Order: sequence, then structure tokens, then C-alpha cells
Amino acid sequence: MSLALPAPDMARAITRISHEILERNSGSETITLLGIPTRGAHLAARIAANIEAIEGRAVQHGTLDITLHRDDLRTRPPRALMPTVIPSLGVEGRNVVLVDDVLFSGRTIRAALDALGEIGRPQTVQLAVLVDRGHRELPIRADYVGKNLPTSQNQVVRVQFTELDGIDLVSIEEGAPL
Amino acid sequence: MKHLLSISDLSKSQAITILNTAEELARASDGPMKKLPTLRGRTIVNLFAEDSTRTRISFEAAAKRLSADVINFSAKGSSVSKGESLKDTAQTLQAMGADAVIIRHSASGAAARLAENRWMSGAVINAGDGTHEHPSQALLDAFTIRRHLAHGREDLAGLHIAIVGDVLHSRVARSNVLLLTKLGAKVTLVAPPTLLPVGVESWPVTVSYDFDAVIESVDAVMMLRIQLERMSEMFFPNAREYSRYFGLNSDRLRRMKPTAIVMHPGPMNRGLEITADSADSARSVIVEQVTNGVSVRMAILYLLLAGVPESEGVIA
Repeated sequence: MSLALPAPDMARAITRISHEILERNSGSETITLLGIPTRGAHLAARIAANIEAIEGRAVQHGTLDITLHRDDLRTRPPRALMPTVIPSLGVEGRNVVLVDDVLFSGRTIRAALDALGEIGRPQTVQLAVLVDRGHRELPIRADYVGKNLPTSQNQVVRVQFTELDGIDLVSIEEGAPL
Repeated sequence: MKHLLSISDLSKSQAITILNTAEELARASDGPMKKLPTLRGRTIVNLFAEDSTRTRISFEAAAKRLSADVINFSAKGSSVSKGESLKDTAQTLQAMGADAVIIRHSASGAAARLAENRWMSGAVINAGDGTHEHPSQALLDAFTIRRHLAHGREDLAGLHIAIVGDVLHSRVARSNVLLLTKLGAKVTLVAPPTLLPVGVESWPVTVSYDFDAVIESVDAVMMLRIQLERMSEMFFPNAREYSRYFGLNSDRLRRMKPTAIVMHPGPMNRGLEITADSADSARSVIVEQVTNGVSVRMAILYLLLAGVPESEGVIA
């Protein structure tokens, strides 16, 4: 296991993403943050807390479960569904920022775009991730990246949040050899 | 889990998974996401060899909201009424590529027979077999009770539920007894002795012949339909006497706990087991049971069909 992002670096990356989102959207008024469960939802909550601290007012944020839109459902046992919570103003005409912990193949984000399309028509959809580890299988890129981590296909990027795992940490683990 | 044949096949945690999944699906269909792509390209057959409106329509709505293709197959107007055996029907459905069969049949054990004989490779869902079980109804009842009375808990511990009426012929009662007690609720059956099955003393329930003694202490009453089509054998002297002793009326309604709810699996015989004002009262969740039925059946279809198709079960 190698340490990729210890807690202080992780906090700084999340703070920077929060500022970049505000800068790009000229404030928090038009933004709706949607975290993809499980860890994307925690990341979205952290970004929302940062933005509220900076701007001094509440920001629309919620969660978007993409399980029912996945393209790999038939290759695995059925997954438990996670909550989808759309904030009060909805997504119609909003600048939606999808938030996930790790950007890898891009398939999760494709499913998220489908799920979002069922709910409404946002003005723009942006993507914030804590880690971009490469190996994209679809034409998708992130607008806000905490850290680019070059990895090999068989490595596993593990993101931990204090709320879930008792520690803030991003690490790279060696997976089974291909 | 490949089939849903009986509540006794489910563990407590599997039952809770179904209820939790239904909760998320209910939220999805309450909102703007009415139609989900999850089961696109799957074929689901509704094989109903016995009359049904709400169960069949509910399963059909559930399947369609998950984008599955639905084929309705009712006994009337099909080869079943020409005397085709279950085996031949199953093999026909297999040849047509059905991924799941939802079966309602007048013979107890019909769904299990379909599942165990490997006449077809798809999932089998029991939508009521004779007087045996009706698992999806019990799951939607538990879901409705949980939403109203469990206050955020996952199971039904500490709740007291009365199931009132024709327990003898009721597959809904059998499935509910198994499920509600599995989830930690206390169940009391209220019925005249003639409408209780042989061996009821071995069930994990208490039995009462006196509705008035039970009504004040329960959190939910589940009224069962008096099955007029099965009533040729004189189980009680007459309908008026039955209503007086075992029917839910406005007087009994008033004596219930303030939070208690009234349930009925439908179709109701208004004026027999339940008076019209009880069925339409503020305590009644009967219409909500129908709405919840779609979410619970979506959860069942999702959990049985969305994952990797199991290779076992193909005709040998």
C-alpha cells in the first residue's frame, strides 16, 4: 500500500475544489451539488460545507443513486439501492455539479448522466472528483480534480472518509495481478 | 435468491433488504423518475390461472416501470383452459425466452412445482397458490406497517398486529404470519373456530375468538376477505352474525389506539367483514397498500432479475 493523499492534503484538495466551483459558477446561487453514493455523497457534503463557510449561505446539495442505470448490472449480484435526495429547487435549469470520489472508467458518470436526464434538464452538468486515476473507457473528463493519480489497471484506489472509515485517507493498493 | 415462492425461504435480513429496496424505489417513482431502464430487454410473463385484478396489474405496473416487457397469460382464453398441463405451459414459456414467470394458481404448491422441476430456467414468483402463500402481499403489508408504525426502525419489533377473519382459506394470512413474526411483531389471529386451520396452535401466534378483547391493544388490524366462493360449507350461521362478531365497524374503530391503522388486502366485501365507513376512514391505509404494492413488487423483480443470471436451473 502506498499513501497517495494524507488527511491534510485531502482537506486542501477539497477546499480548492470548492473555490474552483464557486469561481467557475460566479457564486453558489445557481449550483446544485449531487454526490454519488456512497463516498461521493460524503465528498459532496464536505464541499457543500466549505462553500457555505465561504459564501455564508446555504447551497443546494443532495445525492444521486445511479445503480438502476448501471450498464454492468447483469455481471454482478444485485446491488442494494442507495438514497437519491434531490434538493428543493430540483435540477431544472441549475448548474449541477456531480461529485464522486474516484474517476476511473467513466461508466459511473455515464449512468449518472442518464439518471439526471430522467429527473430534469440542468443548464450545465459539471463533474468534481477527488481522484482521477486514468484508464477511461468513455469520452468523459472531470471539471474539478483533487489529484491526478497515475495508476496501473490492477491497482485499487481506496478513498476513506472519517464519517465512514474513521480516517481521512487516499491510498493505492496492489490488486490481484492481471 | 432465485425464486420467490414462500416467505419461509427468506431470512429476516433478506426480507429487510426487499423492504429497503422498495423504499428507495418508492422514492424514485414518487419523484420525476417514473420509468427506469433497469430491466430493459427482460421478458416477464404473468401466468394467472386464477382471477386477480390488483396483483396482476400491480406486477405489470412494476415490471413496466423497470422497462421489462410483459406478457399477460390468463387461463381463460389460453390453452390452460383446454387442459394443457403446467409442464407444457412452462416449456412453452421457456421456448419463448421468459426471464421470469409470475404465477397465480388455484393449487397450493403450483409455483414450487414450476420452480423445482426445471421445466424453465427463469425466476418463478409466487403470486398466490391455492390456500398456501402470497408472499408479495405479505411484503407489501409489512412495508405499509413499517412506514406507518416503525418510526425509522428496520423491523417491526414491539408491534402488535391482529389478522381477523377467514384464516383457514387465506394465503395472505399464512404469508403474513410468517413474515410479521420474522420481523419481530406479535400477531394475534381473530376468527371463529371454524375458520382457523387445523394445527394453528403450532403457529407462532396467539389466537382469540373475541375481537372486542383484542381491538384496543393492537397497532394494526388486517381484515381478511370472507371468500364467498368458498363459503358453501356453512362456516358461520349467517353473514349478519359474522359481521357483528368479527366485522370491523365504527364502534370498534373508535376503540382502537389513536395511531392504529386498518388494512385489507382487497377485494373488500363492504358491509360483511368491514363497514364502508371503516374502509374509508382516516385510519384506513387500504388504498396506500395498493400503491406500496407496486414499489414492493419492483423491489422483488429488481432483486431477482437485475443481477447476473444464474446458470443453474436450465432444463437438463
